[in-house]
Amino acid sequence: MPESIQSYLKPEVKSFPFCPGCGHTTNLHHLDKALVQMGADPKKTVIVTDIGCVGLSDQYFDVHAFHGLHGRSITYATGIKLANPELKVIVLMGDGGCGIGGNHLVNAARRNVGITVMVFNNFNFGMTGGEHSVTTPIGGLTVTTSGGNIETPLDVIGLSQVCGAGFGARLTTFDKELPSIMAQAIEFPGFSVLDIWEFCTAYYSPRNDLDKQAMLAISEAHSLPFGILVNRTDRREYTTNLAAQPAKQTKLPPDLSPRFGTLKSGKLELILAGGAGQKIKSTAGILGQAAILSGGYASQKDDYPITVKTGYSSAEVILSPEPIDFTGMMSPSAALILSIEGFQKEKDKLKEMGPGSFVFLEQSLPEPVTQAQIIRVPFEAIAKKVDRNSVALVGLGVLLSKTGWLSKESVEAAIGIGQKAAWLESSLAAFNAGWETGFSV
Amino acid sequence: MIQFIDGNEALVQGALKAGCNFFAGYPITPATPILLSMMSELPARGFTAIQGEDEIASIGFCIGAAMTGKKALTATSGPGLSLYSENIGLAIMGEVPLVIVDVQRLGPATGSATKDASMDIQFVRWITSGGYPVIALAPSSVEDCYLLAVHAFNFAEKYRTPVFILSSKEIAQTRMRADLDLVALPEILERTSPASTGSGKAKAVSFANELMQPIGIVGGEELSRFTGSSHDEWGNLTKSPEVIASLNHHLNTKIDADDVALWAYSGPEKPKTLIISYGIVSRSVNEALREIKNRETGHLILKTLWPVPETVLKTYLAEAETILVPEMNHGQYLLEIERLKPVGTKIIPLNQINSELIHPKRIAEALLEVSHA
Ligand SMILES: Cc1ncc(C[n+]2csc(CCOP(=O)(O)OP(=O)(O)O)c2C)c(N)n1
Ligand code: SF4
Ligand SMILES: [Mg+2]
Repeated sequence: MPESIQSYLKPEVKSFPFCPGCGHTTNLHHLDKALVQMGADPKKTVIVTDIGCVGLSDQYFDVHAFHGLHGRSITYATGIKLANPELKVIVLMGDGGCGIGGNHLVNAARRNVGITVMVFNNFNFGMTGGEHSVTTPIGGLTVTTSGGNIETPLDVIGLSQVCGAGFGARLTTFDKELPSIMAQAIEFPGFSVLDIWEFCTAYYSPRNDLDKQAMLAISEAHSLPFGILVNRTDRREYTTNLAAQPAKQTKLPPDLSPRFGTLKSGKLELILAGGAGQKIKSTAGILGQAAILSGGYASQKDDYPITVKTGYSSAEVILSPEPIDFTGMMSPSAALILSIEGFQKEKDKLKEMGPGSFVFLEQSLPEPVTQAQIIRVPFEAIAKKVDRNSVALVGLGVLLSKTGWLSKESVEAAIGIGQKAAWLESSLAAFNAGWETGFSV
Repeated sequence: MIQFIDGNEALVQGALKAGCNFFAGYPITPATPILLSMMSELPARGFTAIQGEDEIASIGFCIGAAMTGKKALTATSGPGLSLYSENIGLAIMGEVPLVIVDVQRLGPATGSATKDASMDIQFVRWITSGGYPVIALAPSSVEDCYLLAVHAFNFAEKYRTPVFILSSKEIAQTRMRADLDLVALPEILERTSPASTGSGKAKAVSFANELMQPIGIVGGEELSRFTGSSHDEWGNLTKSPEVIASLNHHLNTKIDADDVALWAYSGPEKPKTLIISYGIVSRSVNEALREIKNRETGHLILKTLWPVPETVLKTYLAEAETILVPEMNHGQYLLEIERLKPVGTKIIPLNQINSELIHPKRIAEALLEVSHA
């Protein structure tokens, strides 16, 4: 930490580039004083600027400086803070930035991320020529509100407050205590925001006879009071909160090195189709894993509507002794159809299925148009006796014992992989019930 | 280790292998699983992952974090990529190492959210104002997702630029048997801190097209300066036409196309007929050639799409009489091949945008037509 820095402004810079009397100049001198007052460590301080005249500010300071896009300064500041929570990150943005980037203001406040946003609020877009902004007062004259502004001005502090900001103050550029409140905001551990009212001497101020007195009148007329309006420490700062979250260990997907001989069948294409809640997806996974455990290759593609808890659920699984390139269905070897939703979803594909292929069909379903051999099984009824949630596993059992495409051991091992102990027994029972049934259909 | 995983999972494993230590993203099919994985994998390693309030915030978080020295990743699909556009310009201008995954889905706007297509090929190339080169890699398998994630982070560091991974729904969400331990990875590149300049200030960049240049670290020992405005090598704003010219020349020339060219070729040394493919379509081509036992046709799979691997392409284009270019769009990469092919070479586009994979049969039929012609 440097002993005592007299000024954080670059020594080679003699003045700021703003118009004479521009509030930005005053504010930046106040910010310099605040940094001096805090004894800020330049290496641990970052000024992130938005776009607009205010966006020219960062380069005059001997601290880390970051100048990004219009309205997005809060996002870069948040990224910097998340990556390195020990930094003091100060955002300087205009009232224009508050409009285009309002969503980020809302969310930074909600998160209570420990950055400081200073809004240099001159009631209009300075840089682009004096258009109205989200903070232009009612009646305010600008190049885009020639009849007087009719949009309610945004209460920057009020908005931040309802979103959960920790610290918020509205001030004017004349306030003697501005440097110390700036310092207080920067030192505040959570999200802090300052709405600093000031002059755009090129546009808004002359057009609206804005002076200190007029500012007070605007404050009065719009119920936008001055002072420290929010100061709460009951919410923990975001990165502190994040660090305190319990880190859950993750694990890699299970190792599926072959352990059940070699896949004897040739390439097989299987369709599993049913309704939501029938465990189609997990059963398709078991099928693929069993093939891999048997030395083969597999692919699995699931399909279900966005409304996951209702409607169809289907999966396409390819098993092959060779690596698989094309993962679409070319000529399905078998389809397992467990419910009317699945039937409707796949009935066109059943039409394409030729002799020598199988359709394993829930007993109660309508007759499909297909050349495949149809095998009707009361899957639901069998499942009800063992585990009514494992209809698809019953179906898999029937399909595999009937066709002999995979060994019982390989499927049981696949069921055991990644399965919660509580489910294991009933899943195995469902599969076995299907397996036994398969001999008699 | 043999796993039954999809491309999104493999990509996450590749990113972690490459040293990714920051993630921000916003949910969108079919990229959401990457967000979900990173939200558990990074905290488990003591790093940060966050869901942004939108895509603009997400890439903004990544840019901020990347400039503090993090290896940052974000993942989205077409609609989200559109929202990244302006910030990608910032990342190019500010020379931000950043990896952006685009898990492509069908269509402009919402399109078919759960269906595959290669609709963003030209989009990533021209995604932002300025028209400067970008790097874009296209996996065609689960293993590629792993490998190209590592390459992407390396290229991002080496060239200090955003790097795209153009995945797609079918690769990202179809589980396959894969053994990632068998994938030969390049050496992993790490960012270097700038040597002291003696002035207490870090150089923002060198316009000399240096690779792996040490860059100013926000929060580092030397004061850093980052800007999206025209700047000199110290990150100071400039109006000097000479300095602006050298900045823009640097941005336009800094990526060495040959160095980032990744591809795979199979077939005879000098094929009369050549198929050029990328992404998931490569697999339909492989299947077709195997199915019809065709050994005369060459198959060039491009894994680097941008910058266009011109040297490789020209070598193969020089020999072939007929080029087949299958794509799951209306012919986006075709434009690049057409401009590079010798006069007289016949090009046959094969396009499909119907939510289904190109069937190997279509490719086989096209080859049959070529041989009859
Ligand atoms: C995305 C985008 N839209 C528009 C602009 C043009 N622009 C530059 S500055 C500005 C307004 C700045 O006003 P404010 O934030 O109040 O800053 P001031 O100039 O008043 O300091 C606008 C709209 C831009 N740079 N980027
Ligand atoms: S245009 Fe307005 S905001 Fe910009 S420098 Fe001039 S007075 Fe300040
Ligand atoms: Mg303004």
